[in-house]
Amino acid sequence: MKSVDPVKSLQERFPDAVADVELRSDSRVYASIVPGKVRDISRFLFTDMEARLIILTGLETRAGMEILYHFSFDQLGKILTLRTVVPMPEPRIDSIATVIDGAEYIEREIADLFGVEFIGHPNPARFILADDWPEGEYPYRKENKGRYPYRTEEEQEEVRKRIRNKGTK
Amino acid sequence: MRTTIPVGPYHPLIEEPELFRVVVEGERVVDIDWRTSYMHRGIEKIAESKTYDQVVFLVERICGICSTSHPIAFCNAVEDLVGVEIPERARYIRSIVAELERIHSHLLWLGLAGHYIGYHTVWMWSWKYRELVCDLFEKISGNRQSYAMIKPGGVRQDIKASEYGGIVKAMDELEPKMNMLIGAILDDPVMLARLKGVGKLSREDAVKRCTVGPVARSAGVDIDVRRDYPYAAYDAVEWNVITQTDGDVLAMAVVRLLEILEAVKIVRQCVDGIPEGPILEEIPEVPPGEGIGVEEAPRGECFHYVRSDGTNCPYRLKVRAPTYSNLPSFRSRFIGERVADIMIILASIDPCYCCTNRAVRMEDGKPLRMLDEKNLLDLSWERTKELERSFPQRSRSWLEI
Repeated sequence: MKSVDPVKSLQERFPDAVADVELRSDSRVYASIVPGKVRDISRFLFTDMEARLIILTGLETRAGMEILYHFSFDQLGKILTLRTVVPMPEPRIDSIATVIDGAEYIEREIADLFGVEFIGHPNPARFILADDWPEGEYPYRKENKGRYPYRTEEEQEEVRKRIRNKGTK
Repeated sequence: MRTTIPVGPYHPLIEEPELFRVVVEGERVVDIDWRTSYMHRGIEKIAESKTYDQVVFLVERICGICSTSHPIAFCNAVEDLVGVEIPERARYIRSIVAELERIHSHLLWLGLAGHYIGYHTVWMWSWKYRELVCDLFEKISGNRQSYAMIKPGGVRQDIKASEYGGIVKAMDELEPKMNMLIGAILDDPVMLARLKGVGKLSREDAVKRCTVGPVARSAGVDIDVRRDYPYAAYDAVEWNVITQTDGDVLAMAVVRLLEILEAVKIVRQCVDGIPEGPILEEIPEVPPGEGIGVEEAPRGECFHYVRSDGTNCPYRLKVRAPTYSNLPSFRSRFIGERVADIMIILASIDPCYCCTNRAVRMEDGKPLRMLDEKNLLDLSWERTKELERSFPQRSRSWLEI
């Protein structure tokens, strides 16, 4: 078991690549990282800090394609979510399947559904989509039956304010 | 000579089509590849156009066997997003439902495993005792499967005080039967010879492939969401995390069998200690933000991520079912095993099971003969019989009941 705080060690090791560290609760930590450093950071977390990769999440917002890396520190009871944003419409990011075997299939899934290119993936074949699915169509992108674009920060703040005033709970 | 055996992808009986390309040399497996999503339902995308209350019903239909795990994980995520604490009584009810589900899911697996290696008595017995739990669910929720008990902020229906007696009675009936079944299985020399050392998963591989649940625990990785990220009432009751070290099919069976006993223990304590009070904390509106919910399903950690931008539908829902993490462990487990063991190794991780209906045996690229589920089962049963012959001194009494 690691007694050191993994988030602190991550910040010390990669001072320029980690930003906006947010401790939402005892068990949930969020941080933004520079997309170019994702492989090094993943290797550090997985090998040195003994984290378990839960999964990756692809998510299309106004800022671009967000790719979230959810790591679990099971002994500490903390889920660390690393947030990367890569520009649309041709999102590309380094593959971490070369350092974590468990990421192989989810990267292929995100590549199929969101059209993200994972650079250096050992086997970038189709995984979810059928072999005769047309090239360049990504079913999970918001352009496909998306209900509406992601609300802007200001619009979201409006909602927060309204809920606060109503006194939820 | 190298031969490729595709296992799958269509199966008329079982819900999920998947394709395993098993490459064999003689009788030994040398490589395996996996292809899935022949029936991708796009549930994550559908969820974007459903309200939070509707999504609970949607995710309940991801899996028919662990049909309460996904709703609990989703509600954990929404509650994490909103920052709401659910009432004490709702916590206990969630634990009771989840543990009863674990019992019936593990018994279902045990029955299938028995069927795959040709021990039909195990199959019949474990499915018979599983009925106890299914009937109990019918009394509590009205449904044998898909109970619709869970709701963001608490639970949808209460468990009435008059129903406690029935739960305790079913547990009292189940426990001695389980002890008998566990004893019978673990004392049987053929069963041990058939399962021990088969499909071994080392601790390093379990960590490398990020496996979860009973598969990881059988290989000595001590993780359990119920203890590591307490939810429902698991921090209020006494129970143990079951781990083994061998990582073979036998260890996976032992973990599940002992977890049934732990689940019985948890259900008893929850019924004993359940407090009176409200069962629901209303969530009138979901603010913008993000939340993560985890739950220990019978097959392992179930993960949900919810992003909200302040409307009444999630902007994005990400679901990671436990089998997604456990299936790739086949890569390290199949190599060097017998073709006759394919069925039981496939079954050992308890995949939301897949498709062995049609397999073509190819030799030098030409179809040689069709291997369907029956052929694979025959191979598997033949191997058990072979072992049985080598234990002539064994009493067969319990098998012939």
